[in-house]
Amino acid sequence: MSALAAELQGHEPMAPEPWRILAVRREVADGEVFTWTLEPLSGRAATARPGQFNMLYLFGVGEVAISVSAIEDDGAVVHTIRAVGSVTRAMQGLRTGEVVGVRGPFGTAWPVADAKGRDLVLAAGGIGLAPLRPVVHAVLARRQDFGRVLLCYGARSPRDLIFRDELDEWQVRRELDLRVTVDRGTADWKGDVGVVTQLIDRGGFDGRNALAMVCGPEVMMRFSALSLHRRGVAPERTFVSMERSMRCALGFCGHCQIGPHFVCRDGPVFPYPVMEPAFRVNEL
Amino acid sequence: MRELLEILQGQSFFDGLTEAQLKLVAAFAALRSFEAGRYLFREHEPADAFYLIRSGRVSLESLLPGRQPGTFMTLGGGDMLGWSWLIPPYRWHYDARALEPVHTAHFDAAALRERMDHDPVLGYALHKRFTMLIVERLQAARLQHLDIYASGEGDVGLGG
Amino acid sequence: MRVIAPQAMEKLVHLLSDDGYEVVGPTVREGAIVYDRLGGMDDLPIGRGDDHGQGHYRLRDRGDKALFGYVVGPHSWKKYLFPPRETLVRVLRRDDGGFETAPGEAPPPRRAFIGVRPCELAAIAVQDRVFLGQAVRDRAYGARRDGVFLVAVNCAEPGGTCFCTSMGTGPRAHGGFDLALTEVIDGDGHFLVAEAGSEAGGRLLERLAPREATEAERTAAERVWREAPARMGRSMRGDAREVLARSLEHPRWEETAARCLSCANCTLVCPTCFCAQIEERPDLEGKVSERVRSWDSCFNGEHSYVIGGPHRTTVAARYRQWLTHKLSTWHAQFGSSGCVGCGRCITWCPVGIDITEEVAAIGADTGGSGP
Repeated sequence: MSALAAELQGHEPMAPEPWRILAVRREVADGEVFTWTLEPLSGRAATARPGQFNMLYLFGVGEVAISVSAIEDDGAVVHTIRAVGSVTRAMQGLRTGEVVGVRGPFGTAWPVADAKGRDLVLAAGGIGLAPLRPVVHAVLARRQDFGRVLLCYGARSPRDLIFRDELDEWQVRRELDLRVTVDRGTADWKGDVGVVTQLIDRGGFDGRNALAMVCGPEVMMRFSALSLHRRGVAPERTFVSMERSMRCALGFCGHCQIGPHFVCRDGPVFPYPVMEPAFRVNEL
Repeated sequence: MRELLEILQGQSFFDGLTEAQLKLVAAFAALRSFEAGRYLFREHEPADAFYLIRSGRVSLESLLPGRQPGTFMTLGGGDMLGWSWLIPPYRWHYDARALEPVHTAHFDAAALRERMDHDPVLGYALHKRFTMLIVERLQAARLQHLDIYASGEGDVGLGG
Repeated sequence: MRVIAPQAMEKLVHLLSDDGYEVVGPTVREGAIVYDRLGGMDDLPIGRGDDHGQGHYRLRDRGDKALFGYVVGPHSWKKYLFPPRETLVRVLRRDDGGFETAPGEAPPPRRAFIGVRPCELAAIAVQDRVFLGQAVRDRAYGARRDGVFLVAVNCAEPGGTCFCTSMGTGPRAHGGFDLALTEVIDGDGHFLVAEAGSEAGGRLLERLAPREATEAERTAAERVWREAPARMGRSMRGDAREVLARSLEHPRWEETAARCLSCANCTLVCPTCFCAQIEERPDLEGKVSERVRSWDSCFNGEHSYVIGGPHRTTVAARYRQWLTHKLSTWHAQFGSSGCVGCGRCITWCPVGIDITEEVAAIGADTGGSGP
């Protein structure tokens, strides 16, 4: 056995690596959604691809799967987290400079390269914008490679919109067709009201030549896929990102199965037809 | 007239109508604009029109007693507005207000309805298109009602 | 054909112990055959047999001196290779706010398993594919699995809930062992036929001083191998993988769920079930936190927890997950069925749900069951 193989055999895949929080940013008013920029203490880490996730670990509390919401050139990784459970709520109190654990990156990536020469439709619901943001960055970096780029983003209410500065910037740059809507407007909300699927229904892309990436609650992805299909986007060129309980991210713990698929290993990004049974059969 | 016909021809909503049918429909249409803040129509008023929004955004609102008017949907360029003219008692069920300068094609629905009664082929063709529109809006309303972004308790997931 | 006397088991246990193995095997405890440390052949369940049925298990006296005259108990070897609870890693908090990691447990002893049934060899191979055959190797499983010495014992008397012939895993082992034994009790004769499956097994066999079988012994052994397959109490008919894949919304799920207690017994006794939860266990001082892995079950509500609550809220959905995974989707995941036909889930189900009966019932409605 080679030295490397021996070292790998002895490596505990559930052991987190220490990473430092370089920056913390509140995404919504009460800080329930926040963004961390992280760098590895060791100085080296595998580069994540858009759509992949890391297991973020908090000493003494536990671990949670969070997709990357940006990938920086210097190896830093950005995660956007919603505080909804014991681990993420504990994470909410952390500050710049503190050390957390990271395992990853894991899972499949959005097929950004396959969208070259095509129109690209990105449909995001709620915090589902976070896993799609690295795609926007990748597209803007090589804008000429793509046809029309449409980003449809729906949230529950104006206060739930994340990445607001960046949304404004994208709106101003006009390199993509950004459409934002909320389910419930407020008195001071000047933007659109309605569900995200209606933004897709309005078209503005060549369905037959388009590739679509959808991320949000399952119902939203299901209806978005229908709207995309109506607009001529082939189901096999529609991609969704699934959410299940990922505890080990290695295909060992069995929690994230959808039919024959381990979301951690075979996903989270799947072509829509692969996930169609999960959308159709209740509680699969 | 020619301008209106061209506008209608560019709308996917009317895709599949014959040129003769389009001309007929165009004959019931007129360009109409609204300043920001103006109402296209108000709840309970007679529904004797429908609109093709050419540009600008329109807010559909319902008055909630004791609360600010609630916008349940916004429409914009390319969207069709209004189907209450199809169904008795032909009254609007909500307010439609221009959020910014809005340019529309306004259709004299009362007259068109009479025409459709006597020309079932045209009537069916238009009914089909409005049914699709109604279904699309119904699905959207249902999805909106589901409150799909409501956060429960939990710790797992890609978003946190 | 080489044979050894039953008494050679005493020497076998001692030789393996002397070689540094922790020797584990079948023994009687609290009315059941369980796997535990063996000090010698007296610890074996001599003369004991077991009756198996739907939700039924009883030990009985066989009236002979059989060493391996039982079928299988509630334990399987996964208790050693994938223990019910183990600390995978310890995270040590440093004064500067950072942390480092250390091994969770001392290296496991090298073990010799005595009395591994052919279906259990198959189950170990199934778990090997799960833990060692994916892109990342499970270190903890690998550390326990590497160097295990396997003494298989072929089945002469399969039990009432057995169906290994249907799953192609028994009742005779054809590989994957170091040493395989067949116990033959024939009139006054009582002996063990021994086959080596590895070099280490061959060397150990030589130290047991085997002799060549007589013609009568050869005939008796061959009769055991020939007759055992016909003694299965159950059979899995039809293509379960196909039947279940197209029956995700079959009414049978609801019907069976009405009986199922969602108690998770089936997943605990199953020798291939591998679901586990990861628990964080900090010490009181906040200096060390252990990441502990323990068996989980798809019948537990927490198992499918996502934001908003369990994804599988109904017992029907959980039972469907178990059965379709075990018999159908496992093929796509790991290239084989997840079922080895040991029958434990039938025996230990408190309400007697029988997976072979379930597949037959679903298959009958969808035209998929066999003849």
